[in-house]
Amino acid sequence: MSAIYAMWLREVKRYLRSRVQIVASLAQPTMYLLILGFGLGPVFQQAGKGDYIQFVAPGVIGMSILFSSIFSGVGLLFDRQFGFLKETLVAPVPRAYIMIGRTLGSATIAVIQGTLILTVTVIAGFRPVSLAQVPLAFLFMLLIAITFAALGTAMGSVLKDMQGFQIVMNFLVMPIFFLSGALFPLSNLPKALSFLTSLDPLSYGIDGLRATLINLSHFGATLDAAVLVVAAVIFLALGTHLFSKIEI
Amino acid sequence: MIRVQDLAKTFGEFRAVDGISFDVKPGEIFAFLGPNGAGKTTTIKMLTTLLKPTSGTLTLDGLDPAKHQHEARKRFGIVFQDPSLDGELTAYENMDIHGVLYGVPGRIRTERIEKLLKLFELWDRRDGFVKTFSGGMKRRLEIARGFLHTPKILFLDEPTLGLDPQSRNQLWNHVKHVNETEGVTVFLTTHYMDEAARVAQRIAIIDHGKIVAQGTLEELQEQTKTDSLEAAFLALTGNTIRDENANPGAESLRQFKEMWKR
Repeated sequence: MSAIYAMWLREVKRYLRSRVQIVASLAQPTMYLLILGFGLGPVFQQAGKGDYIQFVAPGVIGMSILFSSIFSGVGLLFDRQFGFLKETLVAPVPRAYIMIGRTLGSATIAVIQGTLILTVTVIAGFRPVSLAQVPLAFLFMLLIAITFAALGTAMGSVLKDMQGFQIVMNFLVMPIFFLSGALFPLSNLPKALSFLTSLDPLSYGIDGLRATLINLSHFGATLDAAVLVVAAVIFLALGTHLFSKIEI
Repeated sequence: MIRVQDLAKTFGEFRAVDGISFDVKPGEIFAFLGPNGAGKTTTIKMLTTLLKPTSGTLTLDGLDPAKHQHEARKRFGIVFQDPSLDGELTAYENMDIHGVLYGVPGRIRTERIEKLLKLFELWDRRDGFVKTFSGGMKRRLEIARGFLHTPKILFLDEPTLGLDPQSRNQLWNHVKHVNETEGVTVFLTTHYMDEAARVAQRIAIIDHGKIVAQGTLEELQEQTKTDSLEAAFLALTGNTIRDENANPGAESLRQFKEMWKR
């Protein structure tokens, strides 16, 4: 247990010490929120769907959690190249603990990041419909964070260099983001697209955030939570397996 | 304590370790010498569960590190050849996380960290970030960390690389000390023949993945009709200079990281 805590603490310390990075990483989601929010707002309004900022804010929060958790999961790559990974791999601690500690650390960072973005959205005019449901929204944020931090660790265990990471970014992470319905409603989509979005775990995460923050849901919050828990368990198992197999 | 039989590791076509056998007795200091790229580090990686052998058998304290990884990891400590510190943490934090991972209980951990950091003259810089340290300081910290827990077997992979004579002296005295007082078996590699001659009870020389000679210092000198370990080493491995494979990924990654940080 203390090993899990030590690895978790290391991730969080490293995050809190990189102030510049924290601010820089808020820039992209803020741009999505403000430019898309105000840019697409009039069209969205005319289509009779209401305020686009209200709609897109949970999507942007989900997006920032996705990127943040994947990036810190892939921090494994840096540890591999800079050597610290070896130190943890030969330690007399089950590798599953090391993996879980790292993943929970990454997830914590992602939730902090999501909270910062939530604050930004509120400043930009976003209003959750019910304060009582905000804690539930945090539960969804945590589930998204754990799911994708575990996926990030799994990827980091397999990848050897940054070229590989770029490929994964373009062909896995970006599709996960675009297919999740972060930017558009999932209802009335063409069949093929609708099918693809239903395979994306992030769709359920963002749907859960919308269900709790703006009372709008496509799948229903219970199904959202269930799918995320299953995805988190699968990715944690996959990540643990791949992490245990690392050779240097 | 360590038993290796017909151990081999191939990377594609390249036979990094090509059927080596040796034994290290409990409480012994064993030096494993060889030119660059001879297969020393690959052997250590296989012994310390970081790589799986292609063929052959090895046991650590009766355990196969490939099968009983977790049990095997409880038996040894290691000072790596290349950096394995976390630059974003302080010297003290690096020691502390190691202590936690190796299950050194709280109070003993605090005491030992202070003792070791003082011994390797890093105590004044304990709260400095490791990324700001000089090469020699990082090296000393890696070594201090290696002594934080008392393993049955201690692997030292070129521990004195980049150290000044004072620190080297300190290191070997400490190695001898834990070997004599705690009975720690030591498996070391080095390019400094005088160090190996000074501390090791037995020596194996590896070249091109094969062991070319092993025995005590006297036996090696006798076998090669030379009067020093250095001369014996050169007689056995020749005068050709070897190239080591560079790590091509590291440099581009370093640049990427810099870019990423802004």
